[in-house]
Amino acid sequence: MSKFKKKKGGELPAVNTASLPDIVFMLLFFFMVVTVLRDSNLLVKNDLPKADQVEKLKKDRSVYIFAGRPSQRYQDKYGKEGRIQIGDKYTDVSSLKSALAETRAKLRPELQDKVMVALKVDEDTNTGLVTDIKQELREMNMLKIIYITSPGNQVDN
Amino acid sequence: MARRATPEVNAGSMADIAFLLLIFFLVTTTIEKDKGIARQLPPDEPPTDEQVVIKQKNLFVVNVNQDDQLLVEEELMELKDLRQAAIDFLDNGGAPQGAPNYCSYCKGKRSPESSDDPDKAIISVQNDRLTSYKMYIAVQNELVAAYNFLRDRESQRLYGWKFTEVKRAIDEGSYNGNEEATQEKLENIQKLFPQKLSEAEPRKSGE
Repeated sequence: MSKFKKKKGGELPAVNTASLPDIVFMLLFFFMVVTVLRDSNLLVKNDLPKADQVEKLKKDRSVYIFAGRPSQRYQDKYGKEGRIQIGDKYTDVSSLKSALAETRAKLRPELQDKVMVALKVDEDTNTGLVTDIKQELREMNMLKIIYITSPGNQVDN
Repeated sequence: MARRATPEVNAGSMADIAFLLLIFFLVTTTIEKDKGIARQLPPDEPPTDEQVVIKQKNLFVVNVNQDDQLLVEEELMELKDLRQAAIDFLDNGGAPQGAPNYCSYCKGKRSPESSDDPDKAIISVQNDRLTSYKMYIAVQNELVAAYNFLRDRESQRLYGWKFTEVKRAIDEGSYNGNEEATQEKLENIQKLFPQKLSEAEPRKSGE
C-alpha cells in the first residue's frame, strides 16, 4: 500500500524535448534543399491561365518572359496597359531583342541554341501583346516556346 | 593533477536557432511547378510568291473575336464543344477507299465534305488582337486535347498503352523499359496524327 502512496506526491514528469532539435533540423534541411530563391521580382500581375494538356519545362535551358498589367503598386507610374518584364525590369517590344539576348547569354553555353522561351502571361492580357512577342522571337530565331499555365481546365468553370 | 571534466556546452538554444532558420526557409520557398503548352514557332522567312494550295475541306478554321466568342467553320460554338468538333474533323478520313491517302485507322464519318486524312487536315486559329490570353490558351488547350485523344486511341490500339502517359513518364525520367524503342513508337503515333496547328491565315482556295 505504501508503494502507491509515494507516487501520488510526485509531479508530472517533463516531456523530454531532447530530440526536438533533430526534428527541426530535419525539416530545415528539407526546406533548404527544395528552396529556389526567387531571382526575379515580379513587376506585373501574373495569374496564369488554366490548361491540362501540359508538358514539363526544362529549367536549365529556359528564358522567362513575363507579361501582364503592372502590379498594383507600380500602376501610378506605369499605367494599366499590359507590359513585358524580362529579368528585373520592364521592357518594350522594341527593346525585347537586346533584353532577351542578355538573358540568353547567362545560360550555359552548350544549351544556348536549345533555349526554350517560357511565356508567363497574365490571363487578362490581350493576345496582341503575345503576338508581338512571338514575332520578335521569330526574328531572333528562338522558336521553341512554352506557354506556362496553371493546372486546371477552363471548360470546367 | 586530476583532470577536470570539460563542462558541457549548453545546447538548449539550438532548437531556437534551428527554428529561426526553418522559418526563414519556409517563407522564402517557392516550390516551382512550371508546366505549360509547348509550341514551335514557324521560322521567320521572307514571304514567297509560291502559292500553297490547301483545299477548303482540309482546313478547320477557328476564329476567336475580341469578346472571346468562338466561330468554328462559320458557326458559333461553345468552348466545351470545340474538342469534339476538332476530333471529328481530324478523324474524318474522307479520302475514298483505294485512294493513296486512304486513312485506314480513322473512325470518323468519312464525309467527303470534311478532311481527307489526318496528314492533310490543318487547324487554323485566327485571333483578334483584343482576345484575352485566357481564351487563347483555352482554345489551344482544347485543340491539343483533341490531338492527344486521337493519339491515345491509336497507341492503345497498336501498342496497348496511352501515348500521353508514356510520354509524360519519359519526360519525367520515370519510364522503365526500352526508352529508344518506345521513342520510335511515339514518333510513329505522331506521324499518324501530326499536329498541324496554324496561327497565321493560310491561303484559301476553292471558294
